[in-house]
Amino acid sequence: MKLSGRHLLGLENMSRDELDLILETAVSFKEVLERPIKKVPPLQGKTIANLFFESSTRTRISFELAERRLSADVISFSQSGSSVSKGETLKDTARNIEAMKIDMVVVRHASAGAAHFLSRVVDANIINAGDGAHEHPTQGLLDMFTLREKHGSLENLRVCVVGDILHSRVARSNIYGLQTMGAKVSVCGPATLIPREIERMGVAVYHRLEDVIPEVDALNVLRVQLERQKRGLFPSLREYHRYFGVTKEKVQKASRPLTIMHPGPINRDVELSADLADSEHSVILQQVTNGVAVRMAVLYLLGTV
Amino acid sequence: MKIHIKGGRIVDPVSGMDEERDILVVNGIIERISSRPSVDGSYQTVDMKGNIIVPGLLDMHVHLREPGYEHKETIETGCESAREGGFTAVCCMPNTNPAIDDESVARYVRQKGQQVCDGIVEVYPIAAATKGRLGEELSPMAELAGAGAVGYSDDGSPIASAEIMRRVLEYSSMFGIPVIQHAEEPTMTMGGCINEGFVSTKSGLPGIPPVAEELMVARDLILLRYIPAAKYHVAHISTASAIELVRRAKADGLQATAEATPHHFTLTDDVTASFDTNTKMNPPLRTADDVEAVRQALKDGTIDAIATDHAPHTIDEKEVEYIEAPFGIVGLETAIGLTMTELVETGLLALDEAIAKLSTNPRRIVGLPAIKFTQGEPANMTFIDPRAKWTVDVQRFKSKSKNSPFHGRVLTGKAIGVLNNGKMYIAGV
Repeated sequence: MKLSGRHLLGLENMSRDELDLILETAVSFKEVLERPIKKVPPLQGKTIANLFFESSTRTRISFELAERRLSADVISFSQSGSSVSKGETLKDTARNIEAMKIDMVVVRHASAGAAHFLSRVVDANIINAGDGAHEHPTQGLLDMFTLREKHGSLENLRVCVVGDILHSRVARSNIYGLQTMGAKVSVCGPATLIPREIERMGVAVYHRLEDVIPEVDALNVLRVQLERQKRGLFPSLREYHRYFGVTKEKVQKASRPLTIMHPGPINRDVELSADLADSEHSVILQQVTNGVAVRMAVLYLLGTV
Repeated sequence: MKIHIKGGRIVDPVSGMDEERDILVVNGIIERISSRPSVDGSYQTVDMKGNIIVPGLLDMHVHLREPGYEHKETIETGCESAREGGFTAVCCMPNTNPAIDDESVARYVRQKGQQVCDGIVEVYPIAAATKGRLGEELSPMAELAGAGAVGYSDDGSPIASAEIMRRVLEYSSMFGIPVIQHAEEPTMTMGGCINEGFVSTKSGLPGIPPVAEELMVARDLILLRYIPAAKYHVAHISTASAIELVRRAKADGLQATAEATPHHFTLTDDVTASFDTNTKMNPPLRTADDVEAVRQALKDGTIDAIATDHAPHTIDEKEVEYIEAPFGIVGLETAIGLTMTELVETGLLALDEAIAKLSTNPRRIVGLPAIKFTQGEPANMTFIDPRAKWTVDVQRFKSKSKNSPFHGRVLTGKAIGVLNNGKMYIAGV
């Protein structure tokens, strides 16, 4: 069994078998990460470029670590802001890097569709490390991996993504991936941050944490960005915290202890209270560990065909 | 020059004629229309057997990009594209640099049009409604009309201020020239790039809410009710709800008209999921319900005209991230094919109804005289092969730009030539 495409652009069109394959492969790599010597040879001789057009320390480091542990040669490139504003187009940047005989490209970009665009203009395998508000497939996969590890199966697992769904690629990849694996996904956030017609994606919409907490097994809490306040999307961080911040007090209404996830970096005591982030039900650091294993699995499956 | 156009089927929405007739044209004037004229050897004979002959088409919404953006298109290449697509006239939008907000620019565009393509394609400028298209001060509308402007529009930008729109409607009403609104409430659409709805929710691309169009049309029609002497035209209408407002305004007797583009009656926002920047236009592609509403409104007459919003951009400008890409697609060379394939072949419109949307009606809206198939009248006509099956190939476009989402699409019906101002052109030869 192998993946059907040459790229990982998103989870939307991946089959259950493909997702299973990635998650199972990640289990093996997680075992590798527990060994004293964490390096394995499958991508020896392959060169991977990490193109980060939007800053993201943790995703970049996670990818770099995964790449190095698979013995690939790695170059990383970070440039924030639009490539157009810097005078060189994304296409030219990518083609230049490809001209240096790169085998795989990991790309993070502020514009939805950027990874799709690259997959059309360069020959390397493209891995989407987040494109605008569209998808962040490896985050979706590591969330699924972590939930599966904790709960045994994703089938009928009830997961609510909390916060700024409108601008969140994590939310979309979670919805696509978890639904394919048989989980029930809901979203909760202010009406201004819930995109229109999201119900048609098969998710239930909540505007009160108190309503959704008794109904779910896990919360995936999204980072809230202050800049949205300036655009009139919510009134203040204080009000956000009071009504949409996930706190110990609110999760006590759960029927059983809720698993707490967060893609990081956390705004402590804004979208998630500090005590909960550090509690026994938080799997936030496991997510980070699993992120490396999942990325190793994706790189391995795409890079060794 | 004497031309004998032999054996074509004349379809004329004005007179209702739909018959096979020969046409004799002498020095650009129709000398005779009859069944089997006796013709001496001084006539050049053009066999049109199996083809249809219709009044010369007018695309009332194109961007010729000159002056200022000649790397995208020039008046010459735009006219070549129009001629290839079967148009004998175009109205060009004023979002040039400098904008067509001054009589010298209007005159330049008009005259340049007469100099290119043997003058076979007439170029009628749409002048800016406000200076610099900034929506702040009225453009010199009387002078612009004197220089040949046939409409006023800040196209590309809506006239956002209600106060300025009121004054634009009032002032333009003195000349009987329509105000053409790019209807969009701009505070709601900033940063958007596709229709806001299920598709934008899935792809995460910033949305342009359909209500932004509806709001602007609603406001404008309220103003029009207050200033009924004005003529108001909605450019590239795209939403079911705005169409319904125009339908009601027309029923109430207001001087409101509307146009729709071939892409808005053909494609839905589903195609944007490919992130192909040739699916990015403004207004954006909408939902299947909106496409159906556009089609029904073409049928019932709420939408008077088909116009392409021909918007050339270079490959380098379009081959960028979706959010960064400019809005718009070229349309002149696919308009007839899409109209015939999507509206006539499907039985939605009769052939003469479709032709009226591409000629008679837009001419009436911008105040140009009707084209008549009558002895002694100027010969201004388009030849169409209604059965030609062809595959759109952007590399064959005469337009300088190739930005079309229809590349590779198979269409039925193609312009094969035009005759106007005493000149004849046969396409693709």
